[in-house]
Amino acid sequence: MPRVQLSEVTKYFGEKLVLDQVDLSVDLHEVICLIGASGSGKSTLLRCINRLVKADYGDIYLDDVPVTDQRFGKVGLHKRIGIVFQSYNLFPHLTVLDNLTLAPRKVHGKSRKDAEASALEQLDRFGMNSFAKAYPEQLSGGQQQRVAFVRALMNKPDVLLLDEVTAALDPELVGEVLGIIKELKAQGMTMVIVTHEMGFARDVADRVCFLEGGRILEEGDPNRMFSDPQHERTRAFLDRIIEAGRL
Amino acid sequence: MTDSQSPQTGSLGGAERRPPPPPPGRSFNWREALAPSLISLISIVVVFGVLAWVITSAEQWPRIKLQFFNVDAMIAAFPRVLQGFWINMRIWLIVLACILVLGIALAVIRSLRAPWFAPFRLMVILYIDLFRGLPVLLLVLLFGFGIPALNLPGLPSSSLFWGAVAMVLSYSAYVCEIYRSGIDAVHEGQWAAAKSLGLTEWQTMIYAVLPQAVRNVLPAMMNIVVALQKDVALLSIIGVRDAVREAQIYTASTFNYSSLIVAAGLFLLATIPMARLADYVTQRDRARRLQVGG
Repeated sequence: MPRVQLSEVTKYFGEKLVLDQVDLSVDLHEVICLIGASGSGKSTLLRCINRLVKADYGDIYLDDVPVTDQRFGKVGLHKRIGIVFQSYNLFPHLTVLDNLTLAPRKVHGKSRKDAEASALEQLDRFGMNSFAKAYPEQLSGGQQQRVAFVRALMNKPDVLLLDEVTAALDPELVGEVLGIIKELKAQGMTMVIVTHEMGFARDVADRVCFLEGGRILEEGDPNRMFSDPQHERTRAFLDRIIEAGRL
Repeated sequence: MTDSQSPQTGSLGGAERRPPPPPPGRSFNWREALAPSLISLISIVVVFGVLAWVITSAEQWPRIKLQFFNVDAMIAAFPRVLQGFWINMRIWLIVLACILVLGIALAVIRSLRAPWFAPFRLMVILYIDLFRGLPVLLLVLLFGFGIPALNLPGLPSSSLFWGAVAMVLSYSAYVCEIYRSGIDAVHEGQWAAAKSLGLTEWQTMIYAVLPQAVRNVLPAMMNIVVALQKDVALLSIIGVRDAVREAQIYTASTFNYSSLIVAAGLFLLATIPMARLADYVTQRDRARRLQVGG
């Protein structure tokens, strides 16, 4: 039984077709990387999964239950699917601790004491105890992004969506964020990752999907995809990446 | 081996490296430091001195002095005008508090996107169009004289109360738009992040967006605060015995305008520090933005 299943998901932005009948299934503990040029629909596909973007046509299932199902209620889906963004999107006026405890307290009705205890536990797990009282702007980009990971993990989600999480980081800070992703993979987290870090995709992905024009043109084992792409477009895309020195 | 060593000593020869030169420090040269200030001081004294001489030696000056800067009249009018000014300050603070609260409530209603909110959104839009489009003075007259004249049972009949309500309604329309620009300036990603954590639109507004919006608009709001401080004087037109009214009463009985100058002095005493504070807040906000941007 796939954890997440998309069937014929189609999305328009106005007149522009951004997703064209996309099928995708993500198994339990599987890590899938979505690659492709800007505007190919990767981020939109990701955001359709947790309904930040509402698909125009098609169905999305989480454990065989449609994500539009009433039983998820208002917040159930967000409790089970976490997302981390390219620009961290931490709340700048709140301390790290308050960033982490906002949703548990206001959405899931935990007491401040319980929420803070579990936030500190999570920070501890990633070695970021010392950041608890800091404001986001006092941290480096990499540190902020790691806090954003912890925030997404506070609800203990079943699926984690990562939307170009290293794209805004200085090169020397990318490693610490990739480290977290590897750690999560080792713990069996099911993840869908949009990334431009091809080397990382090859390293961490169980399966790579190449998107273009809102469709998955090619998908498969990362080693095979990167060394021997079948589709001409995939090959052209990877050649451009190699030329830019990113693989 | 030997030739590969010599270029390295520059960066890696730890122990042999010379200590860095001391910080340049401030060499203080009296002539350099004093000359510019001395020149500005002298030129200020000269220019203003000439201006003062030209003005005071004018033929009309004694009459002007008698009418506007009569020290005896000023002393005589001062207690009443000060008393009136104290009323100004109290009205200012109360009206300001009401405006800040009403403005933020209107801005929130205007910015929420839930469909069932549509009638309230429309009401706010109509409200803003109406009250931003009318002169404050007209509203003060209409409310301050008009409503008490209706003798509505259960409602206060004081002109001061209704005049203040008119000011609140008028200013709230502007303040609402300022808050709204602050809300719009909060990055879309904040909404996405809050939504992905399960916060409702209302919770997102209250806990994530509004605190940032208020910080965004603080400099603009300070200008409103200063403008309101002066505009409270409009209430004198409906008979509120504020500083301007008290000064006018004195003028009417003595035909001397020095009392108005006293009122003017009091207003400046209050507004100039506020304006400086506004500048300071703006500057600090700018520094913060630059810091975050860099």
